[in-house]
Amino acid sequence: MTSDPMLQPVGEAPSIAATASAEKRVSRRTALEEAIIPPLVALLLAAVVGDALILSFGQSPGAVYKLLLDGTWGNAYGFGQVLYKATTLTFTGLAVGLGLRAGLFNIGAESQLAAGGFVAALAGLLLPAGIPALLCLPVYLLAAALGGGVVGAVPGVLKARFGAHEVIVTIMLNFVVLALLNYLVSAKLHVPDTLHTPELKSGALPRLSDLASPFHGSAANATILLAIATAIVLGWYLFRTRRGFELRSVGLQPAAAEYAGVHVAGVTWRALAVSGAIAGLGGLNYVLGYKHYYEEGFATGAGFLGIAVALVGRSHPAGIVVAALLFATLSQGGLAVNALVPKQMVDVLQAVVILAVATSVPEVRRLLRDARAGGLGR
Amino acid sequence: MTETTGSAIALRGIEKSFGPVLANRGADLDVAAGEIHALVGENGAGKSTLMRILSGMYGADAGTMMVNGRDVTGWTTSDAIAAGVGMVHQHFMLVPTLTVAENVVLGSEITRGPVLDRAAAEEAVRALSARTGLAVPPDRLVADLSVGEAQRVEILKTLYRGATILILDEPTAVLSPPEVRELWQVLRSLRDAGGTVVLITHKLDEVIDVSDAITVMRQGRTVARMPTRGATPQAIARAMVGRDVALALDADLAGPVSSGGAVSPGAAGTLLEVRTLCVAGTRRAALVDEVSFGIEPGEILGIAGVEGNGQTELVEAIAGLRHATGAILLGGRDLVGASVRERGDAGLSHIPEDRHERGLVLDYSVAENLILGQQHRFTRGPTLDMDRVLAHARTLIGAYDIRPTDPALPARALSGGNQQKIVVAREMARDFKVLLAAQPTRGVDVGAIEFIHARLREARDQGKAVLLVSADLSEVLALADRVAVMYGGRIVAVLPRGEATPDTVGPLMTGAERAA
Amino acid sequence: MILLAFLAQTLRIAIPYLFAAAGGTLSERAGLIALTLEGYMLGGAFCAAVASYQAGSPWIGMLAALAGGGALALLYAVCTIRFRADQVVVGIAINLLAIGLTRFFLRLLFDSSSNSPRVPGFQVEGSGTGFGALLQNPLVWIGLVTVALVTWVLYRTPFGLRVRAVGEHPAAAASVGVPVARVRYLAVAASGMLAGLGGAYLSLDQHQFTDQMTAGRGFIALAAIIFGRWDPRRGALACLLFAAAETLQIRLQGSEALPSQFVEMIPYVLTIVALAGVVGRAVPPAALGKTTTE
Repeated sequence: MTSDPMLQPVGEAPSIAATASAEKRVSRRTALEEAIIPPLVALLLAAVVGDALILSFGQSPGAVYKLLLDGTWGNAYGFGQVLYKATTLTFTGLAVGLGLRAGLFNIGAESQLAAGGFVAALAGLLLPAGIPALLCLPVYLLAAALGGGVVGAVPGVLKARFGAHEVIVTIMLNFVVLALLNYLVSAKLHVPDTLHTPELKSGALPRLSDLASPFHGSAANATILLAIATAIVLGWYLFRTRRGFELRSVGLQPAAAEYAGVHVAGVTWRALAVSGAIAGLGGLNYVLGYKHYYEEGFATGAGFLGIAVALVGRSHPAGIVVAALLFATLSQGGLAVNALVPKQMVDVLQAVVILAVATSVPEVRRLLRDARAGGLGR
Repeated sequence: MTETTGSAIALRGIEKSFGPVLANRGADLDVAAGEIHALVGENGAGKSTLMRILSGMYGADAGTMMVNGRDVTGWTTSDAIAAGVGMVHQHFMLVPTLTVAENVVLGSEITRGPVLDRAAAEEAVRALSARTGLAVPPDRLVADLSVGEAQRVEILKTLYRGATILILDEPTAVLSPPEVRELWQVLRSLRDAGGTVVLITHKLDEVIDVSDAITVMRQGRTVARMPTRGATPQAIARAMVGRDVALALDADLAGPVSSGGAVSPGAAGTLLEVRTLCVAGTRRAALVDEVSFGIEPGEILGIAGVEGNGQTELVEAIAGLRHATGAILLGGRDLVGASVRERGDAGLSHIPEDRHERGLVLDYSVAENLILGQQHRFTRGPTLDMDRVLAHARTLIGAYDIRPTDPALPARALSGGNQQKIVVAREMARDFKVLLAAQPTRGVDVGAIEFIHARLREARDQGKAVLLVSADLSEVLALADRVAVMYGGRIVAVLPRGEATPDTVGPLMTGAERAA
Repeated sequence: MILLAFLAQTLRIAIPYLFAAAGGTLSERAGLIALTLEGYMLGGAFCAAVASYQAGSPWIGMLAALAGGGALALLYAVCTIRFRADQVVVGIAINLLAIGLTRFFLRLLFDSSSNSPRVPGFQVEGSGTGFGALLQNPLVWIGLVTVALVTWVLYRTPFGLRVRAVGEHPAAAASVGVPVARVRYLAVAASGMLAGLGGAYLSLDQHQFTDQMTAGRGFIALAAIIFGRWDPRRGALACLLFAAAETLQIRLQGSEALPSQFVEMIPYVLTIVALAGVVGRAVPPAALGKTTTE
């Protein structure tokens, strides 16, 4: 599309004024269609590829999908695992989504998640034993946010100060931070013969299975409440507050934001720092809610999947929660169907979903707009 | 090449839309071989689109095209180039990191075996330069060229490809008058050698100066065609806007005319005072070079000048969007170093030059755009008070007749004129003492232009200080109480209204010394 | 002798980087971010292993690597050029896809989730890590020639001129009839094929494919491209520098002087420093990563 300022739209004065209320309806329906149809098309595409893979293994897609659902939403344990995985993905998805709203691509969620978990675990080693969980919680929240936030702030500052592209810096920083954490754990902090730190002394969060026994064995825990709360706060921040208004304007049109008195460099580094902090909070799901220690590699893959989640969720907190559930289902479902087809199929499907969303969203939108232009005549 | 009387270009019923926007709606064009043909019309009339279709950049939705008697409907850029049609775009189509010679041969490279023949490319450029008088060093990087040199490269590019039909899109917008004269010389010699030239412009003096025939476009259609001999500016202007217009100097303006002609720094009563303001450039020395002026309450100071002489940077420096040194006093308070928001709160209002990039967030609603820059005044705690935002929007939509009237529509959905009304409404509605109006009517329709002009005069009459920057000299002369002329980053002259005429201002815009 | 062994080991480590960085430079100079090198390499390594196993010839493996890397690159190109999808997102998806597909087919073909059986590589007379053995591997020679070839193509041929033009100002290139999309398709396809060869070097040298065997090498190549400021010669030097650091790390293993993790960081830290412009800023091609609008 072109935005040539010299072009004048059709039907200047009377017709539009007369149909203002009709247009209002059209514009809202339009927005909804454009938000929902493209991801659905993408999922359909992914399903087609999934069928092909399943057939290549000589299985029936119907049976595989049924098994996938049975193994995830069909029983308490599977569902608990889905919730657990969705919790981490909600955090990394929100982190990436916040960045995207500010026009920034945070590819460093994986190392931010790891750093958040590591610093939280460190805090847990320093806290004396026997302190009530409720009192420990603020310390853990702060520690995790700080760990992720510092890692996020580095590319933020480099971008704001030197214009260094955040995509490349966050990728490179992933390797640097993970190597650093690897060094700290393996050289200083690990329990002999393992790749994890000692256990926290106090403040572990309750598991879902403590409340309802059918969930026994699943890793789902109270961090999920924190994830939902984070999504709600982020939604409020982005769409209700002045700061959110300013942040989104930077993402949409930095020159206009600057004109509107927004300190673009400041928004840039703060957005990446907060994005990192949100990813860092995700580390609590593992460290505080599940294993009660930091372990090498717990964050692997969650950063890239967070990008997928943010993308499918259209960078909207509510969409991100739904998309996190979707990807968690796929991920857990891979284990469930392993008897029929290799669980590696899920790796392919996740990639296909990202590819299909990235590719079909602009295309389907164009088609929708063309169809509408044709429909309105003129 | 010999049939100078034949038809070079014949376009019939060309239609082209971009999404909902109809750029061409049944345009015709006839250009005889061996003539300089002016294609005139207001901004947005569809001239550039029509010529981009002719040069193969866009495909037309409907209509037929004949070039040199051959049906070429739907051809590509390469086809057009092969047939000798070349276009010089308004925004240069040059790769800054390549050399002049590389830019010239790009797409039609000279090779020796599989290898680029650089020496031959540079030699070809030198030969063309010698033939046409368009001198440029072939081994220089385009990034290091001046604007005038870059335009020479653009013309050389088309000639290198054997263009016999040359299309130029607003070629003089970036040139100084001596450079313009030089360009006319080149175009005339091309015509005398049998070439055909189509010149897109909206400047009537250029049309009369150089063209042999004229086609006028309005709202995507061609509405008139006439030989230049015998055409009057009034007749052309009438065809351009579709009704009689008072040209250029509309002298009977209401309102106070400021007393003084000279800049009076430090004078009591000056609302905005700028002292030795400098903006450093990345490449050249200074974009704004020790500029000083003052504006009194109830005064419009117009800045005239060829675009690119520091006007944009001057306005951005005052608005706080660009680093500058010197002093900017608003009601006695120095704003240098203050943030954009602090300047706004101090009473500075700013209609920016580019509404699509700066003035609006196109995906935000009309209501949200109407508080852009003042969002900190519409808060309740940390949140935006949407009730007040909407009430504010409803008031302004009514007062400024913004259509459609739905405050929830994204700004993107509005026409150019209505988008500009959002910007003007927002900036006039805030509590301000000084208004910076940069190209306030660029690309808007005639009705909106008159509306915006009336608002600017109203601000002046309310005792505000207005700095008006416009590339359109007639606009500056029509509105300003004093006219400052910028050239090469400096203010070279300030003329009171009585002395500012196209004859006095014109030469100053070109860098000529002020006579007497 | 120690120096010679050091250099030989550096070269051995550098070869896959040289392939990927040379290819990636073409892609980036044409305006398409080469985040995908990791995926191309992995795909190339897998295809080389499978084909070499099936056909019993590493040469066939090499051809398969060209095809595998090239196919992933074409997918990237179609999504970003034809469908104008975001390059970063598609790039990440391509990498995930490469991991997923190689895992899936590892199960399907070899019924293993970790590695392929032993596959034929290039026959090397005598073993050892010195130059003698290294230089018998044709892929080493091809890698070195590739760097020179890419430099030559980029700066001396009409295609190279067009690549540089479309990566910097695609509209200008299009206005003189340069087929922007076609030039980009070719540059990206070439990058995939070259990076695929880099992957083939890995699996053929180790005589098997293992899951995720590229282990971030594509990103090191990307770092080398940026550190070399998008010039294939400087990029190659950066590859050698990063490889030398790795060699050092291997040689120092066991000594307490410098933890290996810190040596691992060197390429990434250097690249971040280069991007931040502490010593002369690395300025990318102007149209890099931008989705074309026309």
